[in-house]
Amino acid sequence: MTDPVICIENLHKDYITDAGTVPVLMGVSITVMPGEFVAIMGPSGSGKSTFMNILGCLDVASSGNYFLNGRDVNHQSSDELAHLRNQVIGFVFQGFNLLPRANLEDNVGLPLIYRGMSRSVRLLQANAMLEKVGLSKFRNSHPNQISGGQQQRVAIARALVNQPKLLLADEPTGNLDTKTSKGIMTLFTELNKREGITIVLITHEPDVAVYANRLVRLADGRIIYDGPVSREATEHLEPGA
Amino acid sequence: MIGAMLSEAWMAMWANRLRTILTMLGMVIGVGAVILMLAVGQGAQQQVQASIASMGSNLFIILSGSTTSGGVRMGGGATPTLTVADAQSMEELPSVAAVAPSSPGAAQLIYGPNNWSTQVIGTTPSYLKVRDWSMDSGSPFTDSDIRSATRVALLGQTVAQNLFGEEDPINKTIRIKNSPYVVLGVLAKKGQSLDGRDQDDTVLVPVTTAQRKLFGSQFSGTVRFIMAQADSAESMPSVEKSITDLLHQRHRIRDGADNDFSVRNLTAMANTAAETAKVMSLMLGAIASISLLVGGIGIMNIMLVSVTERTREIGIRMAIGARGKDILLQFLLEAIIISIIGCFIGVMLGVGGAYTVASASGMSVVVTLNSIVTAFAVAAAVGIFFGWYPARKASILRPIDALRFQ
Repeated sequence: MTDPVICIENLHKDYITDAGTVPVLMGVSITVMPGEFVAIMGPSGSGKSTFMNILGCLDVASSGNYFLNGRDVNHQSSDELAHLRNQVIGFVFQGFNLLPRANLEDNVGLPLIYRGMSRSVRLLQANAMLEKVGLSKFRNSHPNQISGGQQQRVAIARALVNQPKLLLADEPTGNLDTKTSKGIMTLFTELNKREGITIVLITHEPDVAVYANRLVRLADGRIIYDGPVSREATEHLEPGA
Repeated sequence: MIGAMLSEAWMAMWANRLRTILTMLGMVIGVGAVILMLAVGQGAQQQVQASIASMGSNLFIILSGSTTSGGVRMGGGATPTLTVADAQSMEELPSVAAVAPSSPGAAQLIYGPNNWSTQVIGTTPSYLKVRDWSMDSGSPFTDSDIRSATRVALLGQTVAQNLFGEEDPINKTIRIKNSPYVVLGVLAKKGQSLDGRDQDDTVLVPVTTAQRKLFGSQFSGTVRFIMAQADSAESMPSVEKSITDLLHQRHRIRDGADNDFSVRNLTAMANTAAETAKVMSLMLGAIASISLLVGGIGIMNIMLVSVTERTREIGIRMAIGARGKDILLQFLLEAIIISIIGCFIGVMLGVGGAYTVASASGMSVVVTLNSIVTAFAVAAAVGIFFGWYPARKASILRPIDALRFQ
């Protein structure tokens, strides 16, 4: 049997504020195997963003175990966490987060800088990724010259350029219209099916969640549903949406 | 990696061209001012040192002092009290290298159609040694010329130039106060003295000739002043004392009575002048350094703004794998590039400014490689020092905070 990409056991996260300790995640356990496409849903305040940050090694848990690709994330230095983010994870954000003054190929090639690759190699790989998301003719454009949907495709290309094991998408369609969202979700599905990339996606839109093949619902810092995706599962249990 | 960082830094600087240029301007002005001020200061210092060297080393000048006759006190030098014999007995003193009695006066010189008014100094061959003065051509007069008071002369460069032009003056006869003198030689060029006089505008003749034939004086055998050279800087205090004692004895001055002469340590005075020039030079440099400091603070200021403005970018970079030290390096490089380019332009402006000042005002300026290298080193140090804090601030941002920053 293959090793899981994500293995989380009894994860807790507390925020320390002036008003005292605020628990956000209370004993979350989840295992994600390679090739899975997981959608995480939950109302605001359910801790899904915190969970995502911890999954993405941007934040560390207060207690519990998190093994990413077999590595114990809780006991890594900040440099080692940066290395993990660079080598294992690809991020796709709601706000695209492209560098406005760099052109598309430089944006896509950005993660490779931190792998110490030369510019020619970076551009070669960046262009291959732009090709994959169908934007190679815009490679010398700047982010503000293309549409939001195109920007998100560029962001996906950037996330893929390091050949990550895990693609983390935080509300990737939150800033896009329905039609463009469909295109982006189709791209995710293809990447998952054809290339076997593990995807964990946060969303509050049932229309988006249905593209996944596993649904995890969070409420008040706990997992309240973990199972197959169905219309009812996405909608019924989402009183706020 | 460094290459990529450099091009990243360049891109960031290019994106904020105006700001980069203004920040750089602080460094340009700072470095330019330091280079210019050092050049001017060192130029002044060098000029003073050249004047001192041209004066001769370990030098005393003994002047005729005030005399009192019948209760009337005369000013210093009013009555010549020093004699050639005084000078000769000084030569016997220990640690005295050379002594030259001098009897200067003004005279009109004529050669062919040219004439020139200058200072004629009656002295002995030792004068050349005391003043550390060499011959450009010909030969100096000798002790036998002194004994027989021959009409011979040594011309300074300025005099030779004015009387002879391109012609060779050696063995030509000139007229000083209408008497014929044979030119034995031409002195080497000495340039300006400390007080700005042209030292080459002078003629040397034997002291006896001056006394008896040129400036017939009522006090025969006297000279206006005597120059004495000690054999080393260390022996100067003892030489000063022994000259004073000797003249006390020879002039029969009672204890407690006023001296009719004064001994001045020219070298000490010159050293004071050199010291003053050095302090001036340091002061100029220090004042200019303040503008360099201000330039550095300008870099820090802009880098802090830049870090705040680019917090989100820092967050993105961290999310895709930049380590703290990558971020640190990126911002540090920006600060260093700004300061080094600023320094480069500053050096060019400073050097250009120095030579403009030199040609416009006639001041001598000295641009040394040393001051340029120092300016570069200081600029790099300023860049690192003032870039460090903002860069460090950027590098310790937590990725989630940086990403959330709007």
